[in-house]
Amino acid sequence: MNFKMVVYLIGHILRLEALFMVPAMAISFFGKEPVSARAFFITIMVLLSVSLFATFRKPKSRGFYTREGFLVTALAWMVMSLFGALPFFISGEIPNYLFAVFETVSGLTTTGASILKDVEVMSKGMLYWRSFTHWLGGMGILVFLLAILPMTQGSGSTLHIMRAESPGPEVGKLVPRLHQMAKILYLIYCALTVMQMVLLLLGDMPLFDTVCITFGTAGTGGFGVLNSSCADYSPYCQIVITVFMMLFGVNFSIFYLLLMREFSQALLNQELRVYLGIMLSAVILVTVNILPVYRSNLPEALRYASFQVASIMTTTGFATADFNLWPQLSRSIMVVLMVLGASAGSTGGGIKSARVLILFQSAKQSLRKMLNPREVNVVKVDGKALDDEVIEGVHVYMTIYCAVAAVSFLIVSLDNFSLETNLTAVLSCLNNIGPGLGEVGPTGNFSGFSAGSTVVLILNMLIGRLEIFPMLFLFAPSNWKRTRVLRPNV
Amino acid sequence: MKIVIVGDGKVGFALTQQLSKEGHDVVVIDSNKNVLQESLVTLDVMVVHGNGASLRVQKEAGVESCDLVIAATSADEINLLCCIIARKLGHAHTIARVRNPEYAEQLFFLKEELGLSMMINPERTAANEIFRLLQFPSFLKRDSFAKGKVEIVEIVLKENGVLDGKQLLDLYKIAKVRVLVCAVERGSQVYIPDGNFRLQKDDKIYVTAPTRDLAALIKHMGLYTHRIKDVLIVGGSNIAYYLAADLIASGVAVKIIENKHSRCMELAELLPKASVIEADGCSKSVLLSEGIESTDAVVTLTNIDEENLLVSMYANFLQVPKVVTKINRTEYNEVFRGKGIDCVISPKLLTSNDIVRYVRAMQNTSGGSVITLHRLVDGRVEALEFLATEDTRYLGQTLLQIQLKPNILISCINRGGKIIIPNGETTIELRDTVIVVTTADRPINTLNDIFEEPPVPSMTYDSTNCI
Repeated sequence: MNFKMVVYLIGHILRLEALFMVPAMAISFFGKEPVSARAFFITIMVLLSVSLFATFRKPKSRGFYTREGFLVTALAWMVMSLFGALPFFISGEIPNYLFAVFETVSGLTTTGASILKDVEVMSKGMLYWRSFTHWLGGMGILVFLLAILPMTQGSGSTLHIMRAESPGPEVGKLVPRLHQMAKILYLIYCALTVMQMVLLLLGDMPLFDTVCITFGTAGTGGFGVLNSSCADYSPYCQIVITVFMMLFGVNFSIFYLLLMREFSQALLNQELRVYLGIMLSAVILVTVNILPVYRSNLPEALRYASFQVASIMTTTGFATADFNLWPQLSRSIMVVLMVLGASAGSTGGGIKSARVLILFQSAKQSLRKMLNPREVNVVKVDGKALDDEVIEGVHVYMTIYCAVAAVSFLIVSLDNFSLETNLTAVLSCLNNIGPGLGEVGPTGNFSGFSAGSTVVLILNMLIGRLEIFPMLFLFAPSNWKRTRVLRPNV
Repeated sequence: MKIVIVGDGKVGFALTQQLSKEGHDVVVIDSNKNVLQESLVTLDVMVVHGNGASLRVQKEAGVESCDLVIAATSADEINLLCCIIARKLGHAHTIARVRNPEYAEQLFFLKEELGLSMMINPERTAANEIFRLLQFPSFLKRDSFAKGKVEIVEIVLKENGVLDGKQLLDLYKIAKVRVLVCAVERGSQVYIPDGNFRLQKDDKIYVTAPTRDLAALIKHMGLYTHRIKDVLIVGGSNIAYYLAADLIASGVAVKIIENKHSRCMELAELLPKASVIEADGCSKSVLLSEGIESTDAVVTLTNIDEENLLVSMYANFLQVPKVVTKINRTEYNEVFRGKGIDCVISPKLLTSNDIVRYVRAMQNTSGGSVITLHRLVDGRVEALEFLATEDTRYLGQTLLQIQLKPNILISCINRGGKIIIPNGETTIELRDTVIVVTTADRPINTLNDIFEEPPVPSMTYDSTNCI
């Protein structure tokens, strides 16, 4: 393990985090919130000094492989969360540091689960920072680093970082250069973000709310600035948010294909069809199911249903209605959608439509093989045969996913909440959604859990965002061996 | 530039590595997923899986909009087909690897008919290189410039040799011909030396010299060795065939040891004057009975690196005057160096040099592009030859007046066939070709790239004078 290189990269990431905290500090400063401004200032200074120390010397050995990629990713996210929580703690707005970390991890992993009982008492600067962590975590800060840092150019080994941070079973390249690809992804991300902001401003949403809600949507996070989440905004704004939640749940390579005018290739994409198919069926089912609740007002029911389905399936977690009070079928659909999640290569979490597609395709082939044992089958997606390794990878992922969910569920159950609360709290964190059912429903929060459960849920969020493996390999002792540095003139 | 490389084998990978490092956007096509995966994770490139000669795959790789297609698969026919399709699809230049000697004879004809920009034959290039080394066995490496009038040769300094401990300023007194040391390799370090540099034993020095002075250089530096009269070639590959043909034509006796009966028959038919031995060239008793103890040179050309190394080390042990080793896996060269394996030939690197030169020349349309490119010290030093055109800055100024970028040396100037080893008073004139030596950390595309920018202003002197 090339620790010097790992430390060097993390130093760069902390410097970026400091940079990204500056707007939050400015908002506090100009919004006459001296306590928050001071907290941000102290954090920025701490970040800068730590990063200066870490990047003081360029490492000689540039060896960088899969192992290092995983380690950098896992450590970077943890370190970023620990430092990102400092403003909340120093300003005293979240006096419990563990809770502050929970809030930051929830932000960075674009979960949107909160321990805050009353969001509206928070200072503007803190609310902005909370929402901005969503935007940052959505596409991934390491991908951002790849887009701008010249030292990582020219070698393919940085692809390991991209693979570790980007969600989905297969990470391919759209263009030959990795930093170009990172740039393209961020350009699409920024363009969509700006579009949403403009559309929301046209709907007379206040500027501060617009910015924060857009960050929450873009990263498929879900932190709001009002206690009612999105329920108090106009129907127009709710529809805009619904559409953009759906867009941010789409694989970003589809947008690239559209930009390149490869329309047929984009629209024939199987994952996109599965994603939209599931979403459409869910909207129809929920609308029919909740019609009686809204006195048979079809447009209203449709609006609530589509907002909530999009919010849960893309793992955003905004709410316009308390779906905790909906009929059982709708609640169950929500839980299923929680697990399914958005598309690979999007900012959303969950298992991802691509994996669902591969699982069902391979299950179908295996069943056929049981009937005709001599039959030779190939699993195909988008007309191309999948490698056995990819299929195996999906199976392994599912196995460990279930194991993590089960163990976390058992630990969280120690707190003696209802089965519904415990199960959905774990699923909600592991899939980076935010609200669950019961105590942690859209109107509730996560502050009731014990310290132990909070730690488990924090780990769940990180495991969910980084797709299990980077976090898992952190605990493999064989990875902690140091790389020998050759002396010159040997 | 956007470059598509078809075939991710030895040559393909070496090319991908070099071209990607020089900042080009490279897409690699191959039908083997495993090698593509390797390229994807070690180099910053895009890969496309499939048959490179199929239209669908070429479209997927973006051949329509790319600038250059290089076909380097193992099959000549596929390479040619690739280039024909690429030509039809877009406006890319095309380079094909064609190595079948039967096709090689009709190279020129093919090139015209198919609209190919360039054809490469790594085996032919390697054979040429080995032949030139055998001409002057004192040198480990010879790279020629200015249509063969100038060479950069590699020499290893022996303990207590005439150059041990000498400063470069004194070189002329010893060599008695005008030469210039343009690079020195010491341990793992490479230096572009100046006049005060002091040489040590075991240094490998790279010397620029006019070709006609090479014999004198060898004599005065005490490097004289006998002319090679017979060569033992182990392995009957295509390189062996080309090399043997060249050697026989120049009157050197050739003995080829080859294991496979059918190949022996072929060689015997093609090279009636060579003596072809059907035996295992790695067996000690075979080598001894075929006279390895008395031969002037051993060239190991089997397809297996390990065998080549083993036989070369044995030949060195028997103190054969000249041993040339073909090695494909060049990444381990640092281990072999100084272990008796000094004279190493790698067809893929020779080929990639040629193509890199072509690519750099493609990049600037304004003229003054690279005429020759050679890489020394495992690619850590580059020697390039440029033509000075109207666009070249500082024409007519002496070298003392011109500020060069660090670690760059003008090692030779060819003025209409007259070879000038430059000093401070030398000038660069229009239509000169200039040979530049540089540590290869940044690509140099035109002659103007070697000058320090912006041009050093003489303003400072003027202003002080005014005051």
